[in-house]
Amino acid sequence: MTNDRSKGIPRTTPRQSATFSQDVNSDIRRAAATGIYDIRGGGAKRKLPTFDDLLFMGASISRYPLEGYREKCDTSVTIGGLHAENPIHLDIPITIAGMSFGALSGPAKEALGRGASAAGTSTTTGDGGMTPEERGHSSKLVYQYLPSRYGMNPDDLRKADAIEIVVGQGAKPGGGGMLLGQKISDRVAAMRNLPKGIDQRSACRHPDWTGPDDLEIKILELREITGWKVPIYVKVAGARPYYDVTLAVKAGADAVVLDGMQGGTAATQDVFIEHVGQPTLAIIRPAVQALQDLGMHRKVQLILSGGIRSGADVAKAMALGADAVAIGTAALIALGDNDPKWEAEYNELGTTAGAYDDWHEGRDPAGITTQDPELMKRFDPIEGGRRLKNYLKVMTLEAQTIARACGKNHLHNLEPEDLVALTMEAAAMAKIPLAGTDWYPGKPGTGF
Amino acid sequence: MQTIDLTETGLRETNKMLHAQAANTNQTVWTIENAKGAHAIACGLDAPIEVTVKGSTGYYCGGMNQQATINIHGSAGPGTGENIMSGKIVIEGDASQYLGATGHGGLIVVKGNASSRCGISMKGVNIVVQGNIGHMSAFMGQSGNLVVCGDAGDALGDSCYEARFFVRGKVKSLGADCEKKEMRPEHIAILTELLAEAGFDAKPEEFTRYGSARKLYNFDVDNAAAY
Repeated sequence: MTNDRSKGIPRTTPRQSATFSQDVNSDIRRAAATGIYDIRGGGAKRKLPTFDDLLFMGASISRYPLEGYREKCDTSVTIGGLHAENPIHLDIPITIAGMSFGALSGPAKEALGRGASAAGTSTTTGDGGMTPEERGHSSKLVYQYLPSRYGMNPDDLRKADAIEIVVGQGAKPGGGGMLLGQKISDRVAAMRNLPKGIDQRSACRHPDWTGPDDLEIKILELREITGWKVPIYVKVAGARPYYDVTLAVKAGADAVVLDGMQGGTAATQDVFIEHVGQPTLAIIRPAVQALQDLGMHRKVQLILSGGIRSGADVAKAMALGADAVAIGTAALIALGDNDPKWEAEYNELGTTAGAYDDWHEGRDPAGITTQDPELMKRFDPIEGGRRLKNYLKVMTLEAQTIARACGKNHLHNLEPEDLVALTMEAAAMAKIPLAGTDWYPGKPGTGF
Repeated sequence: MQTIDLTETGLRETNKMLHAQAANTNQTVWTIENAKGAHAIACGLDAPIEVTVKGSTGYYCGGMNQQATINIHGSAGPGTGENIMSGKIVIEGDASQYLGATGHGGLIVVKGNASSRCGISMKGVNIVVQGNIGHMSAFMGQSGNLVVCGDAGDALGDSCYEARFFVRGKVKSLGADCEKKEMRPEHIAILTELLAEAGFDAKPEEFTRYGSARKLYNFDVDNAAAY
């Protein structure tokens, strides 16, 4: 029998399917072998429109710049002055997002506190309660009030500098937490009132309130318990930002934390992370619009999170109307997560530096997302704190560099008019003119 | 005895006075009049005082209570005694939904009935209800005891962990991973003590114990239909 080659007919090159890519096929094979969905940590890994699709124009004849290193460019922000007796004053508008003790080791939480405090900003507890090392090392600590209420108690509540009622998380809007048995050590189990070693599912909904009218009463109760002293934030996922922000403000929030789908999680289903929620770029304008429509922009602070990586991201978020940002994944990378120095061990776990996301398995070579005493020893909280402080300082300097170039003496003075968009998607989502035009899709009066 | 008219004094001042009581206060007996369904009455208390609220209360009365005894002479709104840590709340009337949600300790006594999601996510609180309780009670209950002298509604103890449920009457249905358990002498002892503390004269032997079948503690694809 003769084949094409023997007849001298040229062969087509092997062609991979765009639909059934190697990634997709590996997902199918994994599903077929196990019968269970893939669980992982982190945020959306798919390519999304991001702040990279926006550019600052810089100063020109009509806008004059400020001298770098000479003229002042303020970075401070006050959060929660609307109802709280003691609002939070931050030196920089970059906060550390909520991450649980349980998902992270005690020393990792300590490092976040050390780094944030040294940089003049706040850090946040997570699903699992407040640890003494975290409180002790955080000059400003935001206490998350979560549906699970693990470790929730009024003594810790009164020790907090602010309370963040968590309604949703960008990685999984509508989903609860998940901490698998490998990470439920004696200490984690005791803090959560759970048996050791079980797969722990956190509730997706608060047990004692539903809807905006109840939320208003819940906020009242928390204020009464804490004597109206500390600000109350409401954290929502990037689901329906215009309505969620409106309802949070109506319920009496002092600040709204808005988390896009690039925001990380300790563990949830991959399908949830990649297919539920909206990109950070897409949620900020509706949120700011809601605040403006209520006359509450800059009165109720907006803290944006989900994939913030650099001072450029900070500056763009603030130009679009955020008062501050929060970082989670980026902070972990600064601490040493996914560092190539552990490449050999990442390879042993079947992955590579930068791609490691099985945080729920508790085998983190960097010793950060683990409760294993041996792995935890690899992580030095003092060095980690120093690295985080450095990173926060660099982000701040970067944002100031951009702000001065745009002629702004405070990061809050950055404005949408400083920006252009590189893509139609970014132009439409951020309502920023496409570069070289004065138009964005959906601009009133343009017929598109 | 200290008496506060809530309508005149207002919620903030009332709670402030109660919060100002130290462990060694000699003002140990308080009465709050004209509750009129207000929310967050006597929440966040942390002193060995006794507060009697005259009238029905709104949401979260006695929320996060520590040490104090709170008597509600009326019916109690949603989330009464939520996240209670210690102390005691006694409700003369009925209790609305989420009674004692996520409570970590202490005792809640209901002389009437309790609505749905009674003891949701309980983490150590003891709840004793003289009447019936509603559906989805003790959902994801982690620890503590829920005692029901009447009947329980649908899906009792759904996805529960180590909380114990004692029901004297009928249970309309059990939730996922909740099963009937043997009543051993130690359970009779717990129940006897709780009934005595609540002041109810029901016989412990008439109750049935329910708790976690522990089949959902670690994810197993063969149990997928239950998740």
